[in-house]
Amino acid sequence: MAEPLLEVRNLTVRFPIWGGVLRHKVAEVRAVDDVSLTLYKGETLGLVGESGCGKTTAAKAICNILKDTAPGVIEQGEILFHGKGEPVNLLELSRGDMRPYRQLIQMIFQDPFSSLNPRMTVREIIERPLIVHTDMTADARRNRVHELLEKVGLQAAYDTRYPHEFSGGQRQRIGIARSLAARPQLIIADEPVSALDVSVQSQVINLLQDLQDEFDLTFLFVAHDLSVVYHISDRIAVMYLGNMVEIGDAETVYRQPQHPYSQALLSAVPQPNPSKTREDRIKLKGEIPSPLNKPKGCGFHPRCPLAIDACSKDVPQLAEKESGQLAACPVT
Amino acid sequence: MTTIETPQASPTTDAEKQALLSVRDLGVSFRTEGGEARAVDGVSFDLFPGEVLGIVGESGSGKSVTSLAIMRLIPDPPGKIVSGQIMYGGEDIVQKSYPDMRDVRGNKIAMIFQEPMTALNPVFTVGMQVMETILTHEKVSKSEARDRAVEMLEKVGIPEARKRLKDYPHQFSGGMRQRVMIALALVCHPNILIADEPTTALDVTTQAQILELMLDLKSQKEDSSIILITHDLAVVAETCQRVIVMYGGKIQEVGTVEQIFTDPKHPYTKGLLASLPSTSEAKQKRLYTIPGNVPALHEMPEGCKFCTRCSEVVDRCHSEEPPVHQLDSGQLVRCHLFEEEK
Repeated sequence: MAEPLLEVRNLTVRFPIWGGVLRHKVAEVRAVDDVSLTLYKGETLGLVGESGCGKTTAAKAICNILKDTAPGVIEQGEILFHGKGEPVNLLELSRGDMRPYRQLIQMIFQDPFSSLNPRMTVREIIERPLIVHTDMTADARRNRVHELLEKVGLQAAYDTRYPHEFSGGQRQRIGIARSLAARPQLIIADEPVSALDVSVQSQVINLLQDLQDEFDLTFLFVAHDLSVVYHISDRIAVMYLGNMVEIGDAETVYRQPQHPYSQALLSAVPQPNPSKTREDRIKLKGEIPSPLNKPKGCGFHPRCPLAIDACSKDVPQLAEKESGQLAACPVT
Repeated sequence: MTTIETPQASPTTDAEKQALLSVRDLGVSFRTEGGEARAVDGVSFDLFPGEVLGIVGESGSGKSVTSLAIMRLIPDPPGKIVSGQIMYGGEDIVQKSYPDMRDVRGNKIAMIFQEPMTALNPVFTVGMQVMETILTHEKVSKSEARDRAVEMLEKVGIPEARKRLKDYPHQFSGGMRQRVMIALALVCHPNILIADEPTTALDVTTQAQILELMLDLKSQKEDSSIILITHDLAVVAETCQRVIVMYGGKIQEVGTVEQIFTDPKHPYTKGLLASLPSTSEAKQKRLYTIPGNVPALHEMPEGCKFCTRCSEVVDRCHSEEPPVHQLDSGQLVRCHLFEEEK
């Protein structure tokens, strides 16, 4: 088995809901509930799920940026990073101690319009991580920016332009160049292609794969588009209402999903093939419940076609299935 | 094979059918800082009774502007319908006055939009909004309108519809809001439903439910048609009978859904389909890509709009706008490559 780069153990993230005249806590949302996963060096792990399932929160927790924005939301769990030899629990680090690790864990965001500062030139944007994390001279930084721009398929001469002069796909390339600047080991990409046009999407996906090969990167690829996730990932993890419901080899999860939610999710994906009928599709009843009043037991049981009595009592644990992946379902 | 300027795409199954809506040589332009931008240029197509017609294209292809023009909802200024006709029921929608349009909108042609939160009015209850549509178009009493609203909301699958009449749009989830939009659009039994990216803002399992609902309601009213506008080729493959592919404000290819997906002719259509990650076969290592970006409207090249990105480009593509060629199969293609096949 490959070496682990990052281990998430029993991560639980809770957001308080403030309300009333005195802004007191009226409720709590468990955005991520007891999630564990391991990222191995050089792999791409696809994290899929529908809106509100906690995939973005999990990604943010791994970057350890939740602590600063909303203190105390991480209820329990460990995030062990192996990038610097001995494993270190990122959640225990102070802001200052975290800095060298931030260099190694970078993020690419969904919206290429709001994730680039409109008042900075492309060079200032890409240079920023170099100023923060390295002691490179101004000349060395400029050369590095030019090198990065060419790596992501843009001209070096673009470095004096501002983000608004670029199209969505080009902006996403700038965001990718910025994430690569400080030579990271792990890149967390949160819906990196979902805001792009179809003809540009495939360019960015190919670019990410090329860069992964060249710089030996590990990807956590968060997305809702299952066909893209299947294409890019070595392994796939499926989340529903804050819980991990299935994780395993991409081929196995995609071809033989074991959790009823993964099965429904996959069968709902439209296929670009008109001869396929819609008849054999699994039709889910109802909608995703609000995470505020999550059902007892398995979060999926009110919509599940296979639910048995036990499903409404205990939260099912991930267990290995015959086809090899882990799935949290006692029935399949 | 014939070359025609005004394509008369007809469904291969029944060419005799009378079109419900005929768009001829539609042109829409917008005044922008960079000069006049032709968002839609010479678009012609027919919509036949009972069909689901897909219009696919990327951002800036003119697909949404086409649909807004049919509803006469182009913001003027800066936009303007500069040429063409939109024939519906023997009349030209382009020539209609605004008061006359009120009789068409919502009553004969209805539209649902991508973002149900911005399309619904946040300060009125859902019940008010559905009832308003009925009361505008039909002479019925308020209580009758309320009953109709409840009935319609139940039809689109909103539980406890009568209770929820008093709720505001923000009290509904995204999928439920889109159901309300559909109820609003269909409550006066329009002949044509224009759905502009109706499921783009929704999750996949909800998307499947909404598409199912749209098709189901369509089948309940005989000869009603849907124009589905989307960038998602897979959604088109599953729901439409005929497909129009747009790029740079022009129609590039028209065909049945089987023709477009199994035997695409235009290099742009071919490129789009090839760049989708394949999920049915073994994983390919790299995806096919169309080079470059979609150009901004005022930067569109001379000649063929796609010539800067086309893999099969020839010299004349840069100077000469290709005409629409009708192939023997009935497919329409705007590409110079198909001239030699005569």
